[in-house]
Amino acid sequence: MTPTRKKRLAMVVIILLVLGAAAVVTVWSLNQNLLYFQSPSQVAEQALPPGRDFRLGGLVKAGSVARAEEGLVVEFVVTDGQAEIPVAFDGILPDLFQEGQGVIAIGALDVQGTFQAHEVLAKHDENYMPPEVADALREAGHPMGGSEEN
Amino acid sequence: MSSKHPAIVFFHKLGSAPYFYRIAGAWIPWLWGIFAILAAVGLYWGLFVAPPDYLQGETARIMYIHVPAAWMSMLGYAFMAVLGVVVLVWRIRLAEILMISGAPVGAAFTLVALLTGAIWGRPTWGTYWVWDARLTSELVLLFLYLGAMGLYSAFDEPRKAARATALLVLVGVVNLPIIHYSVEWWNTLHQPPSIGVGGSSIHSSMLWPLLIMAFAAKFYYGANLLTRARVRLLEQDRRKNWISKALLPEKSDV
Repeated sequence: MTPTRKKRLAMVVIILLVLGAAAVVTVWSLNQNLLYFQSPSQVAEQALPPGRDFRLGGLVKAGSVARAEEGLVVEFVVTDGQAEIPVAFDGILPDLFQEGQGVIAIGALDVQGTFQAHEVLAKHDENYMPPEVADALREAGHPMGGSEEN
Repeated sequence: MSSKHPAIVFFHKLGSAPYFYRIAGAWIPWLWGIFAILAAVGLYWGLFVAPPDYLQGETARIMYIHVPAAWMSMLGYAFMAVLGVVVLVWRIRLAEILMISGAPVGAAFTLVALLTGAIWGRPTWGTYWVWDARLTSELVLLFLYLGAMGLYSAFDEPRKAARATALLVLVGVVNLPIIHYSVEWWNTLHQPPSIGVGGSSIHSSMLWPLLIMAFAAKFYYGANLLTRARVRLLEQDRRKNWISKALLPEKSDV
């Protein structure tokens, strides 16, 4: 390689290193703000005040979904295995909303500690399989996401 | 010096405009042909033969377009970045042409990934778009592609344009690991990767058509890239002698 090319290559490498370092520092300092949602234990740690909007993410606790007699109001518990937060939502749930499935609720805590959601999104996991395989896994006692009813 | 190694000789030859024009012209029909076969097999397998997902149902079939497009959008950018280094250090004109020819194709794959993701997101998540780390960084990738194209066309002199664009492309390369690891570093609405070095959490009946479509995307990229590069080369060299030599014999054959 000629000296000029060596110099240019060194410049390119330096530029990439500086950019990489800048990116790492930026991403590091933004880390908390880049979380799209907070898990119930993260919420418990921070002791968020009532009325402050945030996104709550976790699994819908099995057996916790309760629908109102009239209207669309639905109540359920979001859990991450360590902490739990009760959620109330008045609206149409996404098709994939199920007990045991991941969910993201947008809203705020009220004074009683219930999360009043104004929007609920279903979070899909990385597993893709045919229905028969899912049934077979469930029969074999695997902790499958999808529940029988719904 | 090992410059006599056949592979190195091949790359040196590729640097010559008439040779590249001829070789690329010979490859393009094959690349389109292989793409057509792979896409036909992959789409039929994915849309008609493969089973629906146990949870999402038929909606899951969008992944046969979405995932290959998203992979190609990132691979295309990495390809541009590697050529960007060659452009800045070795100043090879064909690397410049290939780099800038890759931008529209990569941008198109990024757009397809974003649009199919939105169409899938609506029934699955309940929303077309959220500003989570994965979706946002992929949108930034689209802007990087568009920025590279815009910057290149802002210069009159193509060789200066290529060097400025190469620098922008290299700046944007930090976005690639952010896109890839966004779903692992932060809580995102987008799910973590299904396919990794450790294996796949996609059932094999769905994985095969997905991989075939991923290869189809590579061949489409190659065919489209070389076609664009040839046209760009013709445009840049329109006053040069080799063009008449390259184009006229074909005419006299008819």
